[in-house]
Amino acid sequence: MDLTPDDLRDVLHALDSSGLDELHLELADLTLTVRREGAAGWTVEQQVLRSPVLDRDAEPVAAPAPERAPAEVPAGTVAVHPPLLGTFYRAPRPGEPPFVEVGDEVAEDTVVGIVETMKMMTPVHAGVAGTVTEFRTDNGTFAETDAVLLVVAPSGGPA
Amino acid sequence: MRIRRLLVANRGEIASRVIRTCRRLGIESVLAASDADLDGLPARQADRVVRLGPAPAAASYLDPAAVVGAAVATGADAVHPGYGFLSENQVLAQACAEAGVVFVGPSVASLRAVGDKLTARGHALDAGLPVVPGGEAADLPAARAVAAEVGYPLLVKAVGGGGGRGMKLVPTAEELPAALDVAVSEAAAAFGDPRVYLERYVARGRHVEVQVLGDGVSAIALGDRDCSVQRRYQKLVEEAPAPLLPASVHAAVAASALALATHLGYRGLGTVELLHDPERGTSYFLEMNARIQVEHPVTEMITGIDLVAEQLAVAEGLPLRLRQDGVVLSGHALECRINAEDATRDFRPAPGRIERVVLPIGDGIRVDTHVQGGSVVPPHYDSLLAKLVVHGADRDEALARMRAALDLLRIEGVVTTAPLHRALLDDPEFVAGGVDTAFFERFLAGRDREPAEVR
Repeated sequence: MDLTPDDLRDVLHALDSSGLDELHLELADLTLTVRREGAAGWTVEQQVLRSPVLDRDAEPVAAPAPERAPAEVPAGTVAVHPPLLGTFYRAPRPGEPPFVEVGDEVAEDTVVGIVETMKMMTPVHAGVAGTVTEFRTDNGTFAETDAVLLVVAPSGGPA
Repeated sequence: MRIRRLLVANRGEIASRVIRTCRRLGIESVLAASDADLDGLPARQADRVVRLGPAPAAASYLDPAAVVGAAVATGADAVHPGYGFLSENQVLAQACAEAGVVFVGPSVASLRAVGDKLTARGHALDAGLPVVPGGEAADLPAARAVAAEVGYPLLVKAVGGGGGRGMKLVPTAEELPAALDVAVSEAAAAFGDPRVYLERYVARGRHVEVQVLGDGVSAIALGDRDCSVQRRYQKLVEEAPAPLLPASVHAAVAASALALATHLGYRGLGTVELLHDPERGTSYFLEMNARIQVEHPVTEMITGIDLVAEQLAVAEGLPLRLRQDGVVLSGHALECRINAEDATRDFRPAPGRIERVVLPIGDGIRVDTHVQGGSVVPPHYDSLLAKLVVHGADRDEALARMRAALDLLRIEGVVTTAPLHRALLDDPEFVAGGVDTAFFERFLAGRDREPAEVR
């Protein structure tokens, strides 16, 4: 149970008229600190400790852990990682051809995919000039920042 | 019928917001949460939690069958869809009706009438509202014919879009063919509907919208809001009432919104969005949103009305409990959307773990949030962390309260847009009030010219 805004307002008014500068409250399922920040006003820091009451038959189905693409890349090749974690897409839009395919030549600034994070799209750049040798992350798959999206063999010879 | 158990089929701050009203009204709240949200703050606040599906929204918050299934499994009388996700989804509304569960939103017919933006334009015209010059662009010749009438620059909009999504600016005739191609394929991919239409682009327009509430027979207007501070058509700051408008304009936009709501026989909470052209003094219909909006708190602050409670009441089938002359607007309210984004790096999203949340508190301050210390902000959903809302006797007092509130707010662990809002509140143009929708990009460009250390 957290405190409602009305509850908090009551706490604040009580504090304000008492001349106290801080109140710290610890309940079984809640901690609360109300503090006077000088002349600027008051702040509240609330921690709801209550555990969610999950419907018994609604426990998350233990989904198999998604297979992580191997992080190791062959000697002399370079792994391309996402700029930030998110869902990796190989094409600008569904139904369109991928940005690049295996065997394509890429420059450092070539867009090789996009990552969707919080409903925003961020381009993935190759970061190195060379040839795409393989994709390690499938289209539409969630990727952490250390995931290997694809592998590039640098054109200047082994990196 | 009386709602006793409500399935909250959404996440984030709006889930917490709806749960708060449930608690006040003695309604049992059941949160339908994806795997990413089972341990979040809304899950701790709800009376019960039911698993909706895996983290990706397509398999959980965007799956009508999963939502109805969760409502039936938990014995909920009603489903509150919040905003976004399935909030205006006809399939969910229909499936709820078939399962004997109340959908907290308008009728399927109303959702259809305003969900298709061309149909909505037609209804607005029928109801006597001015619309921005434009029309359907079924193919390139049709688009050229419409463009010849409306002139350039113009906007290509997806018929199935809305809420700022599915829009493209076309500066000149040369760019029309390519823009049309892209818009059609994007609309097909994003909305499952390839149809697009063209509208004149009003560069110096203001985004003014009216909150309406209807019971299917009559409707009332609950004041207007200004949401002109936008980046890429996404709202960042909202206020109520819209500042620096003559009383005649406030009255005209309210009359427009009521005419449309009445024409539709609208039942539920809705927003009529208008583009106000200060030069012509005209407010054109843009679209109607058949849901509660992110920015609803500014209306609540100036009316003292709990919009979620009224929304639930009309969903129960009750007639309006409020009369138009009982709606009294007092003072001025502002809302800043605090997003997990890095404004210094082109608004790059910043998911992660929140270390600490310290919120301002006091008279005229309200924070709607879904995070606390230890919360994880998942990368799967939007970046809204909190809405900082203030109310003052007038706009100046509200601005001063917002500055003080932003100075006290601390969200640690992820990068937020709070510093950007603080800078915005010192901008002379914003402080003067009545900025247009192009203002924020100008503001950002001005900041980029300044040395980094004063940011």
